[in-house]
Amino acid sequence: MTAPRPALETATMVRAGEELAVDVLEHHLAVIDAGEEAVHAFNLVLADAARDQARAVDARVAAGEDPGPLAGVPVALKDNLCTRGVPTTCSSRILDGWRPPYDATVVTRLVEAGAVVIGKTNMDEFAMGSSTETSAFGTTRNPHDTSRVPGGSSGGSAAAVAAGFAPLALGSDTGGSIRQPAALCGVVGMKPTYGTVSRYGLVAFASSLDQIGPFAHTVADAALLFDVIGGHDPLDSTSLHRPTPRVLTVLDDGVDGMTVGVLTEFLDGVDPDVAARVHQAAEALAAAGARIEEVSVPEVALGLSAYYLIAPGEASSNLARYDGVRYGLRVDAEDTVAMNTATRSEGFGAEVKRRIMLGTYVLSAGYMDAYYNQALKVRTRIIEGFAAAYTRCDVLLGPTAPTTAFAIGAKVDDPLTMYLSDVCTIPSNLAGHPAISVPFGTGDAGLPVGVQLLGPALSEGTLFQVAAVVEAAAPALPAPRLTTGAAS
Amino acid sequence: MTSGWQMVIGLEVHCELRTATKLFCGCPNVFGDEPNTNVCPNCLGLPGSLPVLNQQAVELAMAIGTALHCEIRPSTFHRKNYFYPDQAKDYQISQYDEPLNVDGHLDLPDGFRVGIERAHMEEDTGKTSHSGASGRIHGAEYSLVDYNRSGVPLVEIVSAPDMRTADQARAYVTELRAILVASGASDGKMEEGSMRVDANVSVRRSADAPFGTRCEIKNLNSVRSLGRAIEYEAQRQIALIESGEAVVQQTRHWDEGTGRTEALRSKEDAYDYRYFLEPDLVPLVPDAEWIRAVGDTLGMMPAERRARLVALLDEAGGASEAQRDQVTTVVDLGLDDLVVAAVAGGVGSGLALARTANEAATDADAARALDPKSYLELLQLEADGSLSATQAKAVLAELFARGGGDPADIAREKGFEAMSEDSLAATVAQAVADHPDEWGRYREGDDKLAGFFTGLVMKATRGQANGKAVAAELARLRG
Amino acid sequence: MAEPARLTREDVAHVAALARLHLSEEELDLYTGQLAQVLDHAADVASLDLAGVEPTAHAMAVTNVLRADEPRPCLDRDEVLAQAPSVEDHRFRVPRILGEAP
Repeated sequence: MTAPRPALETATMVRAGEELAVDVLEHHLAVIDAGEEAVHAFNLVLADAARDQARAVDARVAAGEDPGPLAGVPVALKDNLCTRGVPTTCSSRILDGWRPPYDATVVTRLVEAGAVVIGKTNMDEFAMGSSTETSAFGTTRNPHDTSRVPGGSSGGSAAAVAAGFAPLALGSDTGGSIRQPAALCGVVGMKPTYGTVSRYGLVAFASSLDQIGPFAHTVADAALLFDVIGGHDPLDSTSLHRPTPRVLTVLDDGVDGMTVGVLTEFLDGVDPDVAARVHQAAEALAAAGARIEEVSVPEVALGLSAYYLIAPGEASSNLARYDGVRYGLRVDAEDTVAMNTATRSEGFGAEVKRRIMLGTYVLSAGYMDAYYNQALKVRTRIIEGFAAAYTRCDVLLGPTAPTTAFAIGAKVDDPLTMYLSDVCTIPSNLAGHPAISVPFGTGDAGLPVGVQLLGPALSEGTLFQVAAVVEAAAPALPAPRLTTGAAS
Repeated sequence: MTSGWQMVIGLEVHCELRTATKLFCGCPNVFGDEPNTNVCPNCLGLPGSLPVLNQQAVELAMAIGTALHCEIRPSTFHRKNYFYPDQAKDYQISQYDEPLNVDGHLDLPDGFRVGIERAHMEEDTGKTSHSGASGRIHGAEYSLVDYNRSGVPLVEIVSAPDMRTADQARAYVTELRAILVASGASDGKMEEGSMRVDANVSVRRSADAPFGTRCEIKNLNSVRSLGRAIEYEAQRQIALIESGEAVVQQTRHWDEGTGRTEALRSKEDAYDYRYFLEPDLVPLVPDAEWIRAVGDTLGMMPAERRARLVALLDEAGGASEAQRDQVTTVVDLGLDDLVVAAVAGGVGSGLALARTANEAATDADAARALDPKSYLELLQLEADGSLSATQAKAVLAELFARGGGDPADIAREKGFEAMSEDSLAATVAQAVADHPDEWGRYREGDDKLAGFFTGLVMKATRGQANGKAVAAELARLRG
Repeated sequence: MAEPARLTREDVAHVAALARLHLSEEELDLYTGQLAQVLDHAADVASLDLAGVEPTAHAMAVTNVLRADEPRPCLDRDEVLAQAPSVEDHRFRVPRILGEAP
């Protein structure tokens, strides 16, 4: 399989009338047809609706109009993004079949930019997980080795892009749920600065951490998508008024004169083959003119613990609304409390229940100070730690995940081990900082490795700039074969 | 109140704000619309929805704070987590340890000061209706929920436990309602639920004793219920304690029919709300300029308005008890501007006040809609003797019926001419002649009989006579 | 700061009820073990001395986000009720409610 055509190129051709959106779409639908059974990236493929959208794009071009910067580009959406009239399940039985009566802001912006929504992708239930195995509808498989996980919670979106089902996808990242699957699937995945992309219409998991971000094959395509979805939204009170950085234009600016800090704490306990790729990326940046330094931010070591107090706390409250009253699953009972309980007990999977209980516990009377408020103080320390690092560096470099893709079933019975997958990604969520994972070759078993770049708030421009240089130096990734056993 | 015991009362009042839209979304804030027609992803608690704070709600909340002499502070919103079908998100966005308004007070008309601990913002719930004949929760087979009210902006006003009698509690609620209406924050319609009162009641043996265990009483739909419920609850607690039992801290429901409070069946006693800072909202930090602007646009509060009328009466020689009541009525009904305008136009304060409190008050809406100049003219016609009291009242009724008009024209239409001096004198003379005994006593100084004779003359002239003219004639005859 | 007591089975049963979740006896055992493990790991946070450190609830410090008091289009009632598990009289129907709101 040749390298997939970049979205940027597709959009340019469609806008110029050189390619029809319907043809682009049919090509991708055919790829999905051939590969979806092996991968199971989607909860729902929207073939008919997408055809309507594609036809509309072509009609606009024919009428001499400009459909926008994503003209005719198929985009896959994580199934926690509300799409009006189209089932949005969060891969949970409790929302099975629920059709939102409204679109998420990012969906509106995508469609206005000419994109074609090709389907809703599989995910860990309510975004809680690092492997997509907690999905109520079966796990997604890593296109590079289908006996392995794609990562999570946005595993379906990452896999969809990796498998060529769509050139672009959107996911959500609360503790690493875009970056980690991006690394495991060998695609670019990015989490923006908190507040730069509207959360209106994103089904909430942990409100102070959630952000929507792009998946793509290339840094440029990720930048293109970020530019479209970012920007202030009056429907989201946490949406920043400050202009969201426009990144597509700075990609070629290089890294000459920049300082890149290699985060030592992130290399602790990371598989050697992953660590090797991080060092290789550092060398590539040095060769391109950056100064490389070793940087220590000891506070990040507390990130995992703080996260597993803050996120479940907020989640336990955000998921209270699934009570069988207004929408979604209802299991009948004699009285309302019994109905709520029966509905939630049947509708939620084990991981979701675990986190709800953990969150309820850390918020409850008597424990609030010891746990939740403490975690918020740890967050302050992490922000301070990063701030200190950024007085010396422009960006930080490290692995995205401590390992390459693990086998399906390997960690699912051991929640704590699963949680450790997020140790390199969580600190950015806690700090509200942007971070991007860029594919950088493979590990020992031929599985993709991602390296992560981190920056201070609103430094997306710098981040993408550096990411472009890393990408240019990255070893080629074998094409995913959609079978077990990765190509070596 | 049983002697040897003192009541301690604190009141929590929830006030719906008169905004066009809800607190966190743009759905209309309207009472009485078809169920579930004023809803959106936010107030239905749909997945993915987010709250955005209504600026006007904040301004009205600040107006309430200003009117209650509170300190307006930087504040934050918290989630109060609990499951209930009318709570669309199964948490309420409220304010917890950093409320908008703190440390104010409300002075009752008699001058007694009640402390206001806080007045914070929060969102209202939807409305449940219960199946079954009684419409009560107990015995209902199922319930129905309407989310039109979900998300309506509320200010919860919490008083200090400063009140000691049911009368004070009633006066507090009455005055607070007047303040809320005057500040523009509320329409004050308790019957529509735009103002809801819960009472916290406890008893103690003396004013120095520590506070006893209190109970919260809910379902108080009128000022009268409030008074009755407080009296009942205090007696209930006293009886318990005197018989050796302890008062259990609980929430009780007032039953208007039986005249008793009953303990509610709640499943958890001290509910764990797990308050935490609302991550979907940011802090509210009104700056000094905004606070000042709100204060500047706040109109006159009832206490000031009452003082203004009393001052007018004082200038004319003092205010009687009855007149103080009239002042309260007039201010309550928002008719005091009419009185002030009348007095400014030369009408006596006593007449202006009486006519407004007694006659204009019969249709306060119509009175408020009147052109103050017409009202002034009418009172001037009465004051200068062109119209009798009865005639003036009739003209006013006509002004109401027509929604305005020219009082002099209406008087002419009705054929109200002042009685001629001669016919007045003749009628008075006739009354005097018919009642020589009473006349004799009047001549000897029994002034009260002036009223007797005036009444006779009024009857004989079918109200056409001008009372003042009759009084003048009687005095002249007496010499 | 003193460390909180270790998570017990009763604690889990209590929060499960608070969260409207029913757990079987086996689930109660399983979750207690798993959650206790997570909290043990989190104990490093609980035991830190962070007196004097301000908690950060929001990474990005913004204040006074307000909207004008202007009506926006509401949802179509039929579309909303079509998604409801049980409807009567244009309202959401729920089984009997046993207690008043807390």
